[in-house]
Amino acid sequence: MKQQSETKWHLLFPLKTMIAMAVILLAISMTFAFRSRTQIAGNTKSDNAINTDSVESVKAFMQVYKVLMSPACMNCHPAGDAPLQGLDGHPHTMNVKRGKDGTGLYAVKCSNCHQPQNTPGLHTPPGSPDWQLPPENMKMIFQGRTPHQLALQLMNYNQNGHKNKVQLIAHARTALVKKGWDLGEGRIQPPMSYSAFVSVWDEWINKGGYAPGK
Amino acid sequence: MISLNINQKPYQVDVDPNMPLLWVIRDVIGLTGTKYGCGVAQCGACTVHLNGEAVRSCVTKVSRANGQKIVTIEGLSENNDHPLQLTWQKIDVPQCGYCHSGQIMSAAVLLRENPNPTDKDIDEAMSGNICRCGTYLRIRKGIHMAAEMQKTHTIS
Repeated sequence: MKQQSETKWHLLFPLKTMIAMAVILLAISMTFAFRSRTQIAGNTKSDNAINTDSVESVKAFMQVYKVLMSPACMNCHPAGDAPLQGLDGHPHTMNVKRGKDGTGLYAVKCSNCHQPQNTPGLHTPPGSPDWQLPPENMKMIFQGRTPHQLALQLMNYNQNGHKNKVQLIAHARTALVKKGWDLGEGRIQPPMSYSAFVSVWDEWINKGGYAPGK
Repeated sequence: MISLNINQKPYQVDVDPNMPLLWVIRDVIGLTGTKYGCGVAQCGACTVHLNGEAVRSCVTKVSRANGQKIVTIEGLSENNDHPLQLTWQKIDVPQCGYCHSGQIMSAAVLLRENPNPTDKDIDEAMSGNICRCGTYLRIRKGIHMAAEMQKTHTIS
């Protein structure tokens, strides 16, 4: 009898082990699923906010995308190492190059021509105190990016200039971003007002910073 | 009143802060080596050094230069013996010469930051300086020669 009882105990043990393992696996998979979602949405504690809405977030990003792909923004976020010019996005004249820190090379540095303010006159150099391209080690390319790719890139701390959500929201308020709507005579502005852009930018981020589907 | 340090000399100028630095240098101070070309930062003839950088003085407001150090072609060396000036003379780089103060000022920044430039480096540094006489090949040769010369030459 005792022997039989011991046999039952041994039969039960694998079953308990299996249940325990299943619970552990479930917990691990849920943890990874949660972490994966927050990584897409950003890197701050506020990522766990309950006000996320993937549908509304993606809808807002598609408006953001139209602005970021307009020449006013994209011309300084090129795929190559030369800034772009004009509505057709042709390479910047004068063989301008990005340089290591994004401010140009040698005698062809951005601020040699681009002043702290716009230069008066038609198609003269637009200006801002911090006029430059993204640096060589983090190019933050817009040109050629799909909405899916660009949203992921913008939310990736290691690809967006090391910005969390709060810093991304603040970035839209910087002089350089505002400059996209004040580039001087002869230039076309992005396809919505600056205030409308800030509104959809904030909405995209605050509702989770989701990326559109591929 | 705006304070300028041009070629290591202090100046006080009573001008509109929006006046282009080029006008101040040429018309107020009287240093006419720097040339007016296009007036919209497209040609490089007006290049001077502002705190060591090759800025286009035609679009640079004098207010930006307030309290800063400016070097013009007249101040690049005391005896016109910067390696670039010497090689420019040696192989007759200029033709009409109008753009060459700007060319030399841009090339000086290149040689300071890259003492051994390749042809590619020179092209990248000098493409913003236009020469309507087309002296580009001599400019490139002059920069290479100056790069060699500055290894042993001491600028006065």
